Amino acid sequence: MEMAVDKTQFHVLAVDDSLIDRKLIERLLKTSSFQVTVVDSGSKALEFLGLNDDEHEQRDSNSDEDQDHQDLGVNLIITDYCMPGMTGYDLLKRIKKSSCFRDIPVVIMSSENIPSRINRCLEDGAEEFLLKPVQLSDVNKLRPHLMKARSNERLFDQH
Amino acid sequence: MNHMAIAALKTQRRNLVQSMFDEGVLDNQFNQLQDLQDSSNPNFVEEVIALFCNDAERIITELNRYLNDQNVDFSKLDSYVHQLKGSSSSIGAYRLKLACVNLRQASEERNKEECAGAFNSIRREYYVVRSKLQVLMQLERHIVNLENQQ
Repeated sequence: MEMAVDKTQFHVLAVDDSLIDRKLIERLLKTSSFQVTVVDSGSKALEFLGLNDDEHEQRDSNSDEDQDHQDLGVNLIITDYCMPGMTGYDLLKRIKKSSCFRDIPVVIMSSENIPSRINRCLEDGAEEFLLKPVQLSDVNKLRPHLMKARSNERLFDQH
Repeated sequence: MNHMAIAALKTQRRNLVQSMFDEGVLDNQFNQLQDLQDSSNPNFVEEVIALFCNDAERIITELNRYLNDQNVDFSKLDSYVHQLKGSSSSIGAYRLKLACVNLRQASEERNKEECAGAFNSIRREYYVVRSKLQVLMQLERHIVNLENQQ
């Protein structure tokens, strides 16, 4: 009963220092037909993307290379807020500072309902803030952000 | 004969789960976990529970160690309780989660005695949920075995 047309697979990068939560988010995302990569820290996430912890991106500043991030095909980053070392907020800021990755939607998860924290994340570019434990219904909220980002990508893809 | 055995086991399982909900040992998050299990991931719940128990026991050992120090490192304590609270919440271990909230509170107040009491509650609640979940998993396996023999 599925339309062959738009079974677009989205690739989500999930970041969480908790082993149990990593297992959960992976299952939640896969159940919702996302392709998933899970890492246990912000720095591993940056490493996966090919970014470096520093201010400066280690990639060649050859502008043709800017399209490389599409080969990785990360369409959304979902990260826990409270992590040792680099917090989810730090990761958010780092992604938004990157010319290659700033357009990738970032979603933050937290077990703590702290309005000032939520507002700060949203103001600084997070698409959504999800309270843990994350439910299937929360994951379903992600798809519109991904569809929007993809259509924006196509809009700017003028060759 | 197997039909009756399976039905009896399923009743036992249903009653056990219901009692765990009624007593607040589990909350709705446990249902969410079960919903994520399917034929492509038939052992999901059991795997999550196993991970949870390993993690919880590690943390309880650490908490015990820190609480027995002359000068309790309350921030280290808090960091561990935060982890346990998170994973308890993730699997739906409701009363255990509440016990963690109490320890965080006591830790924030730097009250060593209250921390000790709260920690005992954590340990107690952990062993309650663990033993009931172990029975539940045994029932599940038994049911699956009998069903596979059909």
